[in-house]
Amino acid sequence: MTMQAEKKAENSAAEALAAEEFAFDEHDFEFAAQGVAAVRAAEPVLPVSFTKEALLRLAKNRGALCSLFFILLIVLLALVGPLVSGYGYSQQLTGHDNMAPRIQGLEKLGIFNGSEAVPMATGVKIVNKYEKLQGGEKVYHWFGTDVLGRDLFTRTWEGTRISLFIALVAVLIDMLFGMSYGLISGYFGGKVDLVMQRIVEVLHGIPNLIIITLLIIVLKPGLPTIILALMLTGWIGMSRVARAQMLKLKEQEFVLAARTLGARPFFLISKEVLPNIIGQLLVMSMFSIPSAIFSEAFLAFIGIGIPVPMASLGTIISDSFKSLTAHPYMMAFPVVVLGLLMLSFNLLADGLRDALDPRMKDR
Amino acid sequence: MAAYIFKRALIAVLTLLLIVLILFVLMAFLPGSPFNDERLTVEQIATLRAKYGLDQPLLAQFWSFVKNTFSGDFGVSYAIQKNVPISSLLSGRLPVSMRIGGQAILLGSLLGLVLGVIAALKHNTVWDTFCTVLSVVGVSIPSYVFALGLSYLFGFKLKWFPILYQSALPFHSSVLATVALSLFTMASIARFTRTELLEVLSSDYILFAQSRGIDGFRLIARHALRNALIPVITVLAPLVVGLMTGSLVVERIFSVPGVGQLLVEGIQANDYSVVTALSFVYSLIYIAIMLGVDILYGVIDPRIRLAKGEVQP
Repeated sequence: MTMQAEKKAENSAAEALAAEEFAFDEHDFEFAAQGVAAVRAAEPVLPVSFTKEALLRLAKNRGALCSLFFILLIVLLALVGPLVSGYGYSQQLTGHDNMAPRIQGLEKLGIFNGSEAVPMATGVKIVNKYEKLQGGEKVYHWFGTDVLGRDLFTRTWEGTRISLFIALVAVLIDMLFGMSYGLISGYFGGKVDLVMQRIVEVLHGIPNLIIITLLIIVLKPGLPTIILALMLTGWIGMSRVARAQMLKLKEQEFVLAARTLGARPFFLISKEVLPNIIGQLLVMSMFSIPSAIFSEAFLAFIGIGIPVPMASLGTIISDSFKSLTAHPYMMAFPVVVLGLLMLSFNLLADGLRDALDPRMKDR
Repeated sequence: MAAYIFKRALIAVLTLLLIVLILFVLMAFLPGSPFNDERLTVEQIATLRAKYGLDQPLLAQFWSFVKNTFSGDFGVSYAIQKNVPISSLLSGRLPVSMRIGGQAILLGSLLGLVLGVIAALKHNTVWDTFCTVLSVVGVSIPSYVFALGLSYLFGFKLKWFPILYQSALPFHSSVLATVALSLFTMASIARFTRTELLEVLSSDYILFAQSRGIDGFRLIARHALRNALIPVITVLAPLVVGLMTGSLVVERIFSVPGVGQLLVEGIQANDYSVVTALSFVYSLIYIAIMLGVDILYGVIDPRIRLAKGEVQP
């Protein structure tokens, strides 16, 4: 139908409506039999907001809920752990080196009682260093101590704190930067997009490993350098997702409507498009948290991590690697925390993605 | 097609040049000079600089750096093995790393494929859950944690395999390193195969094949898997990255005399020339594989080369 014909039809319909007299009689209406409450209860679909629906779906996902619980537990322990152990994270106690874990209560069961099997030239020997220590029966190192006599419980949670901090900051920054880059590139399109995407393509061709290594060799190793290195390599993935989403949304009617009303690009990007894609971006950043934690641990393991006496999970694992065969307990706890953290973040991210977009379930 | 390949190749070369430029700038502007012996007079230093071409303008120096790097002349090591050419350090180590990496890819892909197929065929059963959990664990657990566990359990406790690599027993002593490296490959391939196979199995042409009486192994291998595995090249990129980073730590843990160990040693000893040379080698391998993946992709999937090479993530 052409526009004119459409208009004509509309007009004639309106005229017909106006001409017709509407008269209601009694039979046109009937009383609700069981009152308002019954009518409400009979409503087929209760309106549920998108966020609430997503949260409900997430709550049904047992794996994701477990992960959330573990993440909260680890975060809590990372915050509280170093405070309650009674030792400082860099405090060296003379004579307390290489002590196996000992925990109140559990020691009566014969586990975590401070004894460990030490391989000797003459065979394996059970040694309990707490007995040799003066006043040792009152000493408890829950995760044991390292070769320098530092309490591993304190160090593990202090390390978790730093690992988490690095991951969160790196992800936050690369999310902000990658998001802006992708949104701008996608929104403006044309030449801007062309140039920005060629830059991304070339940068993407450099292995992350090389960027991080070179950066840390040139700059002084430390917290800011590591965060910078992780940030530099993390933003590209985020920018690609943001750009793809922007390309999908910018042709839609609500964006067009806002543009017709005179909205500026900044308003369009931040107020019209961003709220619609923030879910996907959050999921994406949830996936980059474990990879940031992993990168940090990896750097520590090849010897360019946080400088001593600070600790991260990676540096503790790397240090205790040297005495793995003699004192395996030193490595066990930080490795378990690291593995649990990575697994939980991955599962939670998976769950969040499924919750926000149920079609992704089997991807 | 030719235009597409040309474009990808151009980007690859540009990236490689950018990397060489970065490496050159790092070397040129790092503090210190090779001739900081106090006994040298100004004239002697000038002679030495002239001899090594350090008095040339930066652009000329860059050009000779590019020429040398691309012809495989990476200079000599400062710290690890003093004055040994890096290319000869590399030539002994590259085959070891390549072999272990190859073994890991082979093992990981085979296991991953089997796991993925089982998970897809027994969809929503205990098997499926088991395979999914295994692949999630495989993707989440850092390969070095896994390597440490293997080394402790099978090397130290059970003594099935040697803890450290021995050149005399090249296969037997590389088993643990291979398994540790293959975990990530296995997990990614399993996950991917499962997803793709599930999608393919619910398609019309499989139904058609079934209705013609094709079933069992023939259906899966000849009809379903063939199409499901086409997009598997998309996981190649993360796999290569995983193998590269994995090789660094796994080679350190099992003290394999490979390239990864050399890079770690170079980093720890501040041996800049070794680090830059290896950065170049790693980047070269990575970029070459990426280029191969892009071209393969264009060959297999016409939509990509028609879209002028814009590979969507």
